[in-house]
Amino acid sequence: MTTTTATDLPKAAASAGRPPARSRKPRGLGRHVFLALVSVGWLIPLAWALFTSLRSYSDTAEHGYLSWPHGLSFDNFSTAFDQSGMPHFFWNSLLITVPAVLLTLLFASAVAFFVSRFDFRFNIALLMLFTAGNLLPAQVIITPLYKLYLQLPLPSFLSGSGYFYDSAFGVITIHVAYQCGFCVFVLSNYMRTIPREISEAALVDGAPVWRQYFQIILPLCRPAFAALATLESIWIYNDFFWSLILMETGDKRPVTSALAGLSGEYFTNPNLIAAGALLTCIPTLAIYLILQRHFVGGLTIGASKT
Amino acid sequence: MALTADVTGKNAKAAAPRRRPRTRVLSVGDKLFLAVLIGVPLLALLAFVWLPALASVGISFTQWDGIGLSSIHWVGLQNYKNIFTNYPPFWPAVEHNIIWMVFTALVPTPAGIFLAYQLDRKIRFSRVYQMAIFLPVVLSTAVVGFIWEIVYDPDHGLLNNALGTNNPSGKHYIDWLGDPHLNLWAVLVASAWRHTGYVMILYLAGLKSVDPSLREAAAIDGANGRQTFLRVIVPAMKPINVTIIVVTVMESLRAFDMVYVLSGNNGSKQGLELLSLLITNNTVGESPRPGYGSALATVLLVVSLAAIVTFLVQNFRKERQA
Repeated sequence: MTTTTATDLPKAAASAGRPPARSRKPRGLGRHVFLALVSVGWLIPLAWALFTSLRSYSDTAEHGYLSWPHGLSFDNFSTAFDQSGMPHFFWNSLLITVPAVLLTLLFASAVAFFVSRFDFRFNIALLMLFTAGNLLPAQVIITPLYKLYLQLPLPSFLSGSGYFYDSAFGVITIHVAYQCGFCVFVLSNYMRTIPREISEAALVDGAPVWRQYFQIILPLCRPAFAALATLESIWIYNDFFWSLILMETGDKRPVTSALAGLSGEYFTNPNLIAAGALLTCIPTLAIYLILQRHFVGGLTIGASKT
Repeated sequence: MALTADVTGKNAKAAAPRRRPRTRVLSVGDKLFLAVLIGVPLLALLAFVWLPALASVGISFTQWDGIGLSSIHWVGLQNYKNIFTNYPPFWPAVEHNIIWMVFTALVPTPAGIFLAYQLDRKIRFSRVYQMAIFLPVVLSTAVVGFIWEIVYDPDHGLLNNALGTNNPSGKHYIDWLGDPHLNLWAVLVASAWRHTGYVMILYLAGLKSVDPSLREAAAIDGANGRQTFLRVIVPAMKPINVTIIVVTVMESLRAFDMVYVLSGNNGSKQGLELLSLLITNNTVGESPRPGYGSALATVLLVVSLAAIVTFLVQNFRKERQA
């Protein structure tokens, strides 16, 4: 196809070659106009939030929100950041997200190794149990989980409250238990693509199973770990529900759930709400923009490699 | 000659004893290690996900004030009877969940597929377009709620300011999130904003994995763009189609954060009732009724399991045969 157009082009341009050129270009142009309009339209809500957040409240109160701005500044961002104690909430997010992601990947890789590198009888059932667990809506389990968390004790160095409820440890636990399913699904598909001969050779050489796991399989899964770590960091950071329900003390909440409380207490006008919401987005946007390839990769290996 | 002999010799050697090395007895240490590998994650999954899921079903047959285990009474199907006949928000919630699912299946999902198809060619700026449309997927659904709150705010929001309907005493004052006839649709637009990009990226990955020779063969046979898409591409993408259906159904059943934020951070606003919100309100709300909450959760569980089991059967059928 491409070769024909390439060889025809000079000839067509030299003679009465206008029609093919014209009929080709507007089609491509139409697609670009369409896609550009959609893309710009898609960014409007974010752009509006940014625009609102950059204006002072007095400016918007006087001239209305849809008006030419009289000076733009980052004042709302610094106010939102300082007055509401957002650094503290970002710290909470970090304390929950990092251990949760690491533990999820460790647990999931263990299960994936178990089900994909051995032929035990219940392996498919196990895989289904993990995958299905991740697909359940969180609200299906929340009533008993909430009661369970109120009853289950924890030593005081793990939880100030003495229970799973209202502790970072409790929130990490449910993230790990819940997110494991997705990662097991992706990792077991990935591990299956590693030739069996590799571990068979190790077995024949008399290497114990733990060495196969730590020294052969885990290092080979590095690309899948990179993709899943990116994806899970964003998902767990973005979680709103678990820490909203399973934490009582507003001060312990990660920033995403804390936003709900802050919007009533400190962020009293739309300008400040916009600034607070956008500040919350910064870590996810940064991770996404830097590790875009891994993020999309993680999302799609689970979907297409089945 | 020597080479072939060598190769066959190797093969013969490999074929006999190495066929099933797993039959080699695992040492006690190996077995212990494997038990820990599977045991710890399995215990976490059972204790924190499946036990509560089953407990939801159990509690749904009881009446419980939620304080102490001694106050639990078996009431049979009474909770179900009550929520079906005597709990005003239940049927609206079911209706809204169904509308959510149908809308998501009919609007953002096809839109995402259409955009993926437009982007799956060698065009300039494809990455830029993809990034813009995919951006909302990276944001937390709660933050998406806050962003749209600023758009929908009746006095200060973009929409009412642009339409000139922001005067509270005026005739055409539109309270997008307050009006029970409008608010669900307003929230659905916000949800579609996110869902479209999600479907687009999933579908785009699927399209990229379709063997290009299939497309060439269709072109040689004289198929036009639409025929190629419907007869060649769509059937070749069955696994991704199943994933998209499951994602669409599950996201509709799970919807919570965005509605919670957009209904003013308490999760009960007329016109925005959803099963997920009712369950939560019956767990931690002002007058919690764990029996009601669990009965609602059981309803949601049954519907979800139908979708989940369909997905699992589709997904693992090949493996069982293999």
